[in-house]
Amino acid sequence: MDCSKHNKREGHPAAGQPLDLHAARERLRHTTGKTYWRSLEELSLDPQFTELLHREFPRQASEWPEADAVGRRDFLKLMAASLALGGLSAGCARKPSETIVPYVRTPEGMTLGKALYFATAMPLGASAIGLLVESHEGRPTKIEGNPDHPGSLGATDVFAQAAVLELYDPDRSQVLTHLGDIRAWSSFLAEARVVVEALKSTKGARFRVLTGSVISPTLGDQLQSLLAQFPDARWHQWEPAGSDGAREGARLAFGRYVNTIYRVDKADVIVSLDADFLASGPGGIRYAREFARRRRPDVPGGMNRLYVAEPTPSVTGASADHRLAVRASEVSELAEWIHSQLTSGRLSDTGKNSGSEEKNRWASAVAHDLQKYRGKSLVIAGEHQPAAVHAMAHAINQSLANVGATVLYTEPVEAGPTNQLESLRELTNDMKAGNVELLLILGGNPVYDAPADFQFAELLKNVRTRIHLALFEDETSQLCHWHIPEAHFLESWSDTRAYDGTASVIQPLIAPLYHGKTAHEVLGAFSDQPSRTSYEIVREYWKSRAGGSDFEKPWRKSLHDGVIAGTAFAPLHVAAKVASSSRAIGSAAQARSGGAPWEVVFRPDPAIYDGRFANNGWLQETPKPVTKLTWDNAAIVSPASAQKMGLQQRVAATGGEHGQTLSEVIELDVNGSKVTAAAWILPGQAEATVTLHLGYGRWRPGRVGIQKGFNAYAVRASSGLWSASGAALRKTGARYPLACTQAHYNMESGRNLIRGTTLAEFHKDPKFGDEDAPPKSLSLYKEYQYAGYAWGMAIDLNACIGCNSCVVACQSENNIPVVGKEQVMRGREMHWIRIDRYFEGDIDTPATYFQPVPCMQCENAPCEEVCPVGATVHSAEGLNDMVYNRCIGTRYCSNNCPYKVRRFNFLRFADWETPSLKLLRNPEVTVRSRGVMEKCTYCVQRINAGRMEAEKQNREIRDGEIVTACQASCPTEAIIFGNANDPHSRVAKLKAQPRNYALLADLNTRPRTTYLAAVRNPNPELETPEKR
Amino acid sequence: MAQIFHRSTNTISRVSLFSAIFLAALALTVAAAVARSPYATNQNVPQEQPVQFSHKHHVGDDGIDCRYCHTSVETSAVAGIPPTKTCMNCHSILFADSPYLEPVRESYRTGKSIEWSRVHRLADFVYFNHSIHVNKGVGCSSCHGQVNQMPLVWQASSLQMKWCLECHRHPERVLRPRDQIFNMDWKAPPNQIEQGLKLAKDYKIRAEWDLTSCSTCHR
Repeated sequence: MDCSKHNKREGHPAAGQPLDLHAARERLRHTTGKTYWRSLEELSLDPQFTELLHREFPRQASEWPEADAVGRRDFLKLMAASLALGGLSAGCARKPSETIVPYVRTPEGMTLGKALYFATAMPLGASAIGLLVESHEGRPTKIEGNPDHPGSLGATDVFAQAAVLELYDPDRSQVLTHLGDIRAWSSFLAEARVVVEALKSTKGARFRVLTGSVISPTLGDQLQSLLAQFPDARWHQWEPAGSDGAREGARLAFGRYVNTIYRVDKADVIVSLDADFLASGPGGIRYAREFARRRRPDVPGGMNRLYVAEPTPSVTGASADHRLAVRASEVSELAEWIHSQLTSGRLSDTGKNSGSEEKNRWASAVAHDLQKYRGKSLVIAGEHQPAAVHAMAHAINQSLANVGATVLYTEPVEAGPTNQLESLRELTNDMKAGNVELLLILGGNPVYDAPADFQFAELLKNVRTRIHLALFEDETSQLCHWHIPEAHFLESWSDTRAYDGTASVIQPLIAPLYHGKTAHEVLGAFSDQPSRTSYEIVREYWKSRAGGSDFEKPWRKSLHDGVIAGTAFAPLHVAAKVASSSRAIGSAAQARSGGAPWEVVFRPDPAIYDGRFANNGWLQETPKPVTKLTWDNAAIVSPASAQKMGLQQRVAATGGEHGQTLSEVIELDVNGSKVTAAAWILPGQAEATVTLHLGYGRWRPGRVGIQKGFNAYAVRASSGLWSASGAALRKTGARYPLACTQAHYNMESGRNLIRGTTLAEFHKDPKFGDEDAPPKSLSLYKEYQYAGYAWGMAIDLNACIGCNSCVVACQSENNIPVVGKEQVMRGREMHWIRIDRYFEGDIDTPATYFQPVPCMQCENAPCEEVCPVGATVHSAEGLNDMVYNRCIGTRYCSNNCPYKVRRFNFLRFADWETPSLKLLRNPEVTVRSRGVMEKCTYCVQRINAGRMEAEKQNREIRDGEIVTACQASCPTEAIIFGNANDPHSRVAKLKAQPRNYALLADLNTRPRTTYLAAVRNPNPELETPEKR
Repeated sequence: MAQIFHRSTNTISRVSLFSAIFLAALALTVAAAVARSPYATNQNVPQEQPVQFSHKHHVGDDGIDCRYCHTSVETSAVAGIPPTKTCMNCHSILFADSPYLEPVRESYRTGKSIEWSRVHRLADFVYFNHSIHVNKGVGCSSCHGQVNQMPLVWQASSLQMKWCLECHRHPERVLRPRDQIFNMDWKAPPNQIEQGLKLAKDYKIRAEWDLTSCSTCHR
């Protein structure tokens, strides 16, 4: 074979042709009309990529891994032996005898076999989202959003979905240790008593507490009383992915810390200055919901318009009507131009002089649009932008009279807002000076994630007693004397606040698995009442607040509801000082990098955040929204920069490793500190900007996260927390395999799989996406009649922001295993719903679309016809049932599926041994074994449960009563499921919309899952005829 | 030329050919029979229990309703094995000193559950739900037999898929009025098919295709 010879010469047996960016550009240039493309490889028409399209599984996908290779002879021997043994055992097998172990006393309110739901909340960073957690006989198994919680509205993000796996993670720290020896909690309490007595004499002068952002009112109160007890002690805060910019920006503009809340649903025009407000940061889930509600072309009030300027493609940028790729340092410039346009009607001098034509045009179009929608527009500054940009955004919103309409200010959500970088700097300075004798680290992992120039790990050794509370025995625990296992939030009593200040009580779903302690209890050990439980501490705090005589009733109600009534903050009336905002941005402009060759941008990872979720297999294996990389981070560069540097990447299409992309390893030198990383070419990335995602390269994360990716913290200095100029990139010549799922499960079609248009075009031709399916009579197979329910799904491509929440929700609901990087590189990931990413337009600044693809549940299902054992069968309600116990693993069904939604257990991917993971499983869904095909079932367990409840009550199933796991978790309501036979159901109404279209309808598969075509709302001022 | 084989070889070869076929058929028949036999299904095999609990006594003689112990049968997938507390409701007074009940008292004292031997075991990939059956006119004794006459409970039905499907294809053969669900002595009337069809209509029992779709029981 030609290519293999070629590859052998190259020394990379699995490598494909190098990516030809030039060919890709050429190809795009010669196409007319809208072109949607999945990846650069597809555009460059790599012959191996084309071959991939034609095959369900890549060649040799079913080969055994090389590590435990078995030759043909060995294989035959093994098969013969197992057949013989199988024959012996089959005849003689009897049912194993089992015991039934009932309760001695059944807990109150429990019905065996029925799940209970409890309200709690998950804090992350500077806000929390409310959750309803499903509990089966006392073990939490699935997390849903709490519809009554303002930050959730019933939806969740990926982190909340994956929290149950974190709870049951067998690598969690399980014992309290002192210098590595196991100790009892009581001995820690005794030690703490001694320390407290000693501290009293010095007023705690050398006592320091380090926390993350504190949004628990009780913990804030405890810290304040600790500081009252030890006036000379200090409380420091460090959240590696926190937003000092937002905090300090508020102080610049208003002279004090305030919390900013957006009313995205009230905004007709939204401008994001590097803000990924739909997917990260406080209120993200709510904002996504509000944004999507105004995204339907027929919505009352009209469709909104989103402008995004950002250095690296984000989920929010992908949803934008106009996205401008700018370097991170240029965002402040852009903000200033927009502001000066609005105030003076013309570009400021700096703008005229230094800006490129495109940026000027963009800024002025944005300014015009903002002007047009005064009071109904919204400017959002990014969490990772400096304070000056935030101050400028406040000034712009004020000048547009948006404050009070689309922007509200409240008291800060955090208990003690502060400049965390300065706070940590102060602590390290104290440590350097030897002023710290006792350091209490409550959560967090500063040894790993503190700015590199602080040399935190080195200086930590100057502290005489270090105490670390953490979920895992991590990098910081390693350097601390005392390590206390932390209770997971699903095991804890605590409280927290949402993005708008609404407080929730965190209540435990299960007793601590490993005697973990909460921050309340550890801090309590240093107070006058050292042995109080967190329940007592939290309850007493709220009791003291309530003041009234009847506390029990409202307390129980808030536990039940998941929110404490009346705790949302009232709007504050503050005025932005425009002058100081302008001054700040002026000085920021002076500090701007003068034509530095490379700019480095740091971002929290979309899957594992700041590194705290590094040991979570679900999150590690979730393809990141835009790059579709799993298990790794990469140094992201733009195609043009890659061409200039001569960077290559090769998709391997043979040898069973078609998901493997060999990337070039580059060395980054950021002002002296160096790191090597695999490069990744991403369309839409700003020029001469390299993006590094935080959270990888940990050395003590647990067995899942070990040796994954590279450590971006190593080059992250305090002077450039979120972006740093003056970086140098150097090719090392080495290659690194990355597991990217974008090339997996590709569909082939002459027609566009994604359909999109502009709002103006849509009004002219609403049925633009419609394609006439062949007549029903065309089919040779008998037509099914669906007398009862006919389950169907409609997915709105306009609403989907590609956040991955559905992917992890499905994994949790349906016991879907994690396969690991090796297996993902062979195209064997098991997710039942995948989110395909499409680009449209040119290579450098494409528009991005996301398309979630679950099983289509075809009425004329190609899979059903080819199964030799009847393991996939049509149900009376139109589902393509998958019967695992019949499946013999021929994979014919998968081969015949044009949508490529079937997943095969090449190996026994499910973990059947680890005891704690057994608790995680959904008892309503079979755990599949090796050699079995599986796929999306439309959550048939939920359908059955809903149907039985309705039938017991002798009524029809109500619309919206059955919600699939993906639908429930979706922040934007992009997925709607229901009975397509009922014309009044939401799904039937959506399917009747002109935007509705079926994927590959020309194959006459009659899929039950259909899509609503995407409609974007571009500004005519920015639309150029030659561009489209 | 002398014969190489003796005359009898003809007979021997014929017999062995026929008997090979016969033996193969016999082996298959035996295998099938074993798989369906109580040996494999545990049908009609009384199970020893850690406590000498008699359904015959409690249900047959004392007339205790099924739901007194199996509380969740009308609402949940599982009927529920009663907690020790349920036993002690009566036995803290009745036969409070009986040596037979020592394991029960011990469980109540120590908080350690009684480990009962399982009688009815379905494969893990079968999702049976008690509540929908009893709500739709399938009585306890239709599957469990006359428990009121069992001193030690045994599995009255084979619990094989074929047996499930018999009812799912023809529910009218077993349906009974809802007020007779927990009646252990209920007998099908002579006009059962006629009555069953009427009940199927009244109780909105779904069509055969619905009831025999794979995902009705497997998922």
